[in-house]
Amino acid sequence: MTPTIERGPEGGFAVGPIDGLLNLARKHSLWYLLFGTACCAIELMQTGGPRTDTDRFGMVFRSTPRQADVLVLAGTISYKMASRIRLLYDQMAEPKYVIAMGSCANTGGLFQESYAVVKGGDLFLPVDVYIPGCPPRPESLCEGLMLIQQKIEREPWLKKAWGKYKSDKPDPMPTEGCEPLR
Amino acid sequence: MTTASKEICKKLADKLGVVLDFREEAGDPWALIPAERWKQACLTARDEPELSFNFLRSLCGVDRPDDGVIEVVAHLFSYQHRHALVIHTNTDRSASRLESVSSVWPAAIWHERETFDLFGVDFTGNPDLRRILLPEDWVGHPLLKDYEEPDSYRGIPTTRPGYEKKKFGPQLKKPAPKKPAPKVEKKPEGGEAPKGTAGSAEQK
Repeated sequence: MTPTIERGPEGGFAVGPIDGLLNLARKHSLWYLLFGTACCAIELMQTGGPRTDTDRFGMVFRSTPRQADVLVLAGTISYKMASRIRLLYDQMAEPKYVIAMGSCANTGGLFQESYAVVKGGDLFLPVDVYIPGCPPRPESLCEGLMLIQQKIEREPWLKKAWGKYKSDKPDPMPTEGCEPLR
Repeated sequence: MTTASKEICKKLADKLGVVLDFREEAGDPWALIPAERWKQACLTARDEPELSFNFLRSLCGVDRPDDGVIEVVAHLFSYQHRHALVIHTNTDRSASRLESVSSVWPAAIWHERETFDLFGVDFTGNPDLRRILLPEDWVGHPLLKDYEEPDSYRGIPTTRPGYEKKKFGPQLKKPAPKKPAPKVEKKPEGGEAPKGTAGSAEQK
């Protein structure tokens, strides 16, 4: 699937299946939503900063879900916030990916005894990558974003775009046939 | 501080014309107000020049099912006199209702919303009495001792699959089994070590 770069005397060109070329373009423009619910968002900001510098992978933050590809669940999610997050996710355009960042977004973490906290983001969103840590360091989040890149690389994108591809991560609350969370 | 705190409560009691249950060993002076005098007491505490509690530090609830009451506790502070006061009142647990003090301190609006959200106390006169921490269609008031958590909220399970359901309320009231007591008697020669185990057991 991965395109190969051929170099000739008068320049280079890439050879490969069209899926691979599309994926190559997609994985290097992975825009994440500038959104956080708790302290993990501080690390999310650091990840966009100059030290980790996700810009070099083409990852920049967008402030609107309409332009974002990745939703990073950065922080504790309360039930009140869950419906808002689901609304953000539903507004994002396909293809879209979700990263559960930190213990709280994975399982509820420190607050899983609470009455108000959702016990993991995967109970209402299809999560692609789980990052442990409380909070994870920017390197960890960067690795999580790179795992999304690897996932994109393997994806049969054309099949997916035409609806012939069954995802291995079913949406726990699909838009059709389920009462919307909001 | 202690002499001043006694004066604070005496002043408040004189103005209200009631005898207040008063304690001062807990740090800040602490007075029990009858529920029907609650707003009047707050107004007096704010407007009386020698009290002038112009700042509501916090307002919260305490559930005491054994006594059949829900306490509402308010922590007051005066920036003029640099003194503090804790006033509290008891409301009936089956139908907890109290006059709102949001017209006395506007900060009380959110505090009363929180107390309503978590304890179900109905503050009459609060202009915006909605849930504040939990979603508006939530069932139950979580900080009540007999609260039972629903299995799911709008399709989100409240327990993670594969985990045991959390136990709220009545289970917490069961006293812990006192196993360490005979152990201490068995090892009297151990010097300080048995004391340490006994102390840790008491803390639990």
